[in-house]
Amino acid sequence: MNNPAPALAEPAAGFRINALSGAATGSSRALSGPLSAEISAALAASANGEVSVRAVDVNIPLLEKNDILAERNRGYFLGRGLAALNLVSSPGAGKTTLLERTLDEFGRQTKCAVLVGDLATDNDGQRLSRPHAPVAQITTGHVCHLDAGMIARAAQSINLDGVRVLFIENVGNLVCPASFDLGEQARVVLLSTTEGEDKPLKYPPIFKSAHLVLLTKVDVADVLGFQRDVAVANIRRIAPQARIIQISSRTGEGLTEWYDYLRALIAQA
Amino acid sequence: MESALDAIRREAAAHGAARVSRIVLRIGTLAGVDEDALRFAYEALAPSSIAAGAVLEIETVPARAHCAACARDFGAGRGFIFTCPACGALSGDIRAGRELGIARLEFPDSP
Repeated sequence: MNNPAPALAEPAAGFRINALSGAATGSSRALSGPLSAEISAALAASANGEVSVRAVDVNIPLLEKNDILAERNRGYFLGRGLAALNLVSSPGAGKTTLLERTLDEFGRQTKCAVLVGDLATDNDGQRLSRPHAPVAQITTGHVCHLDAGMIARAAQSINLDGVRVLFIENVGNLVCPASFDLGEQARVVLLSTTEGEDKPLKYPPIFKSAHLVLLTKVDVADVLGFQRDVAVANIRRIAPQARIIQISSRTGEGLTEWYDYLRALIAQA
Repeated sequence: MESALDAIRREAAAHGAARVSRIVLRIGTLAGVDEDALRFAYEALAPSSIAAGAVLEIETVPARAHCAACARDFGAGRGFIFTCPACGALSGDIRAGRELGIARLEFPDSP
């Protein structure tokens, strides 16, 4: 039984991709290689079974369409030897500011690209636009997260030649993005000192899925009365698997460690 | 639920069945699926599908995590903090509880 991978669905009304710099030239690259083998294998195995059997142990995993597209993205990114990171946080935790500085420092030596998602405006895309870094703004309309299909489309809108790191700046939201694998190699969750130390306890799924947690805006922690050790302990309770780096995109504290993390990720890509 | 019904339709066709009488889903406690919401969707979609009249059964798979220090798995409960009952270490190594799939289908004797 043939079980083709789902085609990219038509985007929702209001969905738009705008390549701000480094737009792809010529024909856009098509993603290929259906990765629904698990489902196909399960179906093929049961199709060979005895027809007269009336109770059938089928064991069909219900991979959501997004997960299949995410696996396709992952193969595409790894095939190009680029490390893809999915940056998630509340609105205002400092994703864009961190990426601006990262493009200006780390991005000078290592070619980076950014896909940035917001409900409306290309403000972040404009802020991140650099001659040396392809950037595409994804405006989702009413959708509160990025999904793997949006990423597949947006990745085709920019020229990824020579790019080693692809930053995906998700829509600011600590809930829904947790459920949508984009095909990233690492999920980075940002928690800023202007939020509560107990946020990991209140929004556990997204922290549970983190490979790296960045505690941001640590330069103002003392002014805010933010207890870094309490926040770190809370992150460890929910996400003992995650690495934690404390950073300030303003003073530069912790950024060397962040860049080292990116280099290590490229080495695995 | 729609993707489940699609899979059931394909499976029924593969077994030459026109109807399905029982659907057993296997769902982990960490799969992020709300059983009430799932049953609501099923009741909305099933009557107009191959699953009309079928019984929906849900097998819940409890979460299990692995403690590296003790080299053993332990039941992790329904929360998000996994603490080894033997040594108190925190674990992020989830070994069960994310399941989401169709475990078993039953077709009526006369299609």
